[in-house]
Amino acid sequence: MIQSISILAGKNKVGLAERFSEIHIDAGEIIGIVGPTGSGKSALIEDIEQLAQRDTTSSRQILLNGKVPDADLRFDPKKKLVAQLSQNMNFLADMTVDEFLRLHAKCRGKDSLLSEKVIYYANSLTGEPIRKDMNLTVLSGGQSRSLMVADVAFISDSPVVLIDEIENAGIKKHEALELLSGNGKIILVVTHDPVLALLTQRRLVMRKGGVEKILTTTEDEKRLSVYLNQVDRELFTIREQVRHGEEISLEASSVASVTENIIG
Amino acid sequence: MKVIIAAGTPGAGKTAVLLNTIKQVRKQHQVAVVKIDCLYTEDHIRFFSIGVPALLGLSKDMCPDHYTIFNTGEMIEFAEKHKAEMLVIETAGLCHRCAPYTSNSLGVCVIDATTGPNTPLKVGPFLSTANTVVITKGDVISQAEREIFRERVLEMNPSCRIIEANGLTGKGATELAACFEDAAEFSYDEERLRHNAPFSICTLCVGETRVHQQFHRGVIRHLNGVQEYLGE
Ligand SMILES: Nc1nc2c(ncn2[C@@H]2O[C@H](COP(=O)(O)OP(=O)(O)O)[C@@H](O)[C@H]2O)c(=O)[nH]1
Ligand SMILES: Nc1ncnc2c1ncn2[C@@H]1O[C@H](COP(=O)(O)OP(=O)(O)O)[C@@H](O)[C@H]1O
Ligand SMILES: [Mg+2]
Ligand SMILES: [Mg+2]
Ligand SMILES: [Zn+2]
Repeated sequence: MIQSISILAGKNKVGLAERFSEIHIDAGEIIGIVGPTGSGKSALIEDIEQLAQRDTTSSRQILLNGKVPDADLRFDPKKKLVAQLSQNMNFLADMTVDEFLRLHAKCRGKDSLLSEKVIYYANSLTGEPIRKDMNLTVLSGGQSRSLMVADVAFISDSPVVLIDEIENAGIKKHEALELLSGNGKIILVVTHDPVLALLTQRRLVMRKGGVEKILTTTEDEKRLSVYLNQVDRELFTIREQVRHGEEISLEASSVASVTENIIG
Repeated sequence: MKVIIAAGTPGAGKTAVLLNTIKQVRKQHQVAVVKIDCLYTEDHIRFFSIGVPALLGLSKDMCPDHYTIFNTGEMIEFAEKHKAEMLVIETAGLCHRCAPYTSNSLGVCVIDATTGPNTPLKVGPFLSTANTVVITKGDVISQAEREIFRERVLEMNPSCRIIEANGLTGKGATELAACFEDAAEFSYDEERLRHNAPFSICTLCVGETRVHQQFHRGVIRHLNGVQEYLGE
């Protein structure tokens, strides 16, 4: 089992050593990765995915439980401990949701009945219902992302989950992170979205290809996070109302902060 | 010399993956590249641009895989001229029946994960007889689909080494570079095809698996473009 991951410093794009010696991440932690485009966020994620051993462009080294991981953990895709989710990912297989999930469960040596569970939890993350007989290729961005999250949570079930910018997906972000972080998974989430970034315990700030500093989420930020989550949930509700062609009335709105701030 | 033969359908990411891998390998070894195609390609220029000696061979009306096999000796000469310890051959990748790997070369099959989980079942010997299977474009499909794809590859070739690579970011290049290092020594005189080439109009078409040019008859095109008829 994985109790921890350690990132040992490498060098940034201009060849300077990163200004930390080791970043230690324990099971159950959620870590954010922030920084402008081109600052090296995806490269850091890839280092972790590959369990880099000073053999990538950054020269970083990744340890599992404080030790150099076995070569087969790095190279045997079946033994890989890391699952990845990103904005660019789509379902391309020409199958129904249920066929696909059963096939995946079979590949992973799991019970094909998990399919029902995955669909149930995926539906708790998206406003557009997913049915088991739908073809994968017709799913919307939000439906696809929800299904991927639920699949990673229950079928792939990897102890480390790397999320690269899924903020615009139209899914319930807080619930998605909760679902993924169950069972002591380690989560690293690349994000510019304050809702996600402030849900993390620490965030790595990237600059010029290196980790520039490490921020621990403050009490103020945690309070702000609770508020932002509420706003996010309200936005989600309004988006669904718009999607369903409803007229949105401020008086009858279930949206508390809107009512407060607009009507007073 | 080590010989690496990369096969895979057009657009699978062969050149992208090879460029990333050669950038790693050449820190320690002199590398030469031969790109084979049928009518047109600019891939050799992509290899030039990272500073490796690269030669283009166009097979024109000859089957590009037959052309590759027939010209193995000439490619080795090109690599020797550049004092290369590794020769990397990128094949045209058009034919699902051909597998141009030889007994002591490292056979690398590059396969695009976005073509769907049934593709590994369809592509034939260039997948099933490869040593290393490089799966590309996993960055645009879900984790689940990647895992199903990988399982299907293993069904077709249970003993292969699988590398999940990304031609855009260079992911997987370090692993593939290690496979290049571990390749056997090539022996032009003794090389045999792992899988016989399908029928066409030369001796290879009728099942010849010996590589040396002295064994071939029929209508043949050389690397330098000269076409000749060998035989009675
Ligand atoms: N998204 C994505 N695109 C890739 C990947 N590998 C290659 N490509 C793109 O696929 C196209 C074809 O690649 P190329 O190397 O020329 O393929 P070849 O014909 O097999 O040599 C190019 O536009 C590449 O940038 C990958 O892993 N992910
Ligand atoms: N430590 C590093 N050393 C060298 N190159 C790097 C390093 N970190 C990132 N890069 C390169 O910089 C470019 C941008 O990095 P990327 O991770 O895609 O940024 P982001 O995801 O933050 O937009 C990529 O080409 C990447 O390979
Ligand atoms: Mg990025
Ligand atoms: Mg090419
Ligand atoms: Zn052929």
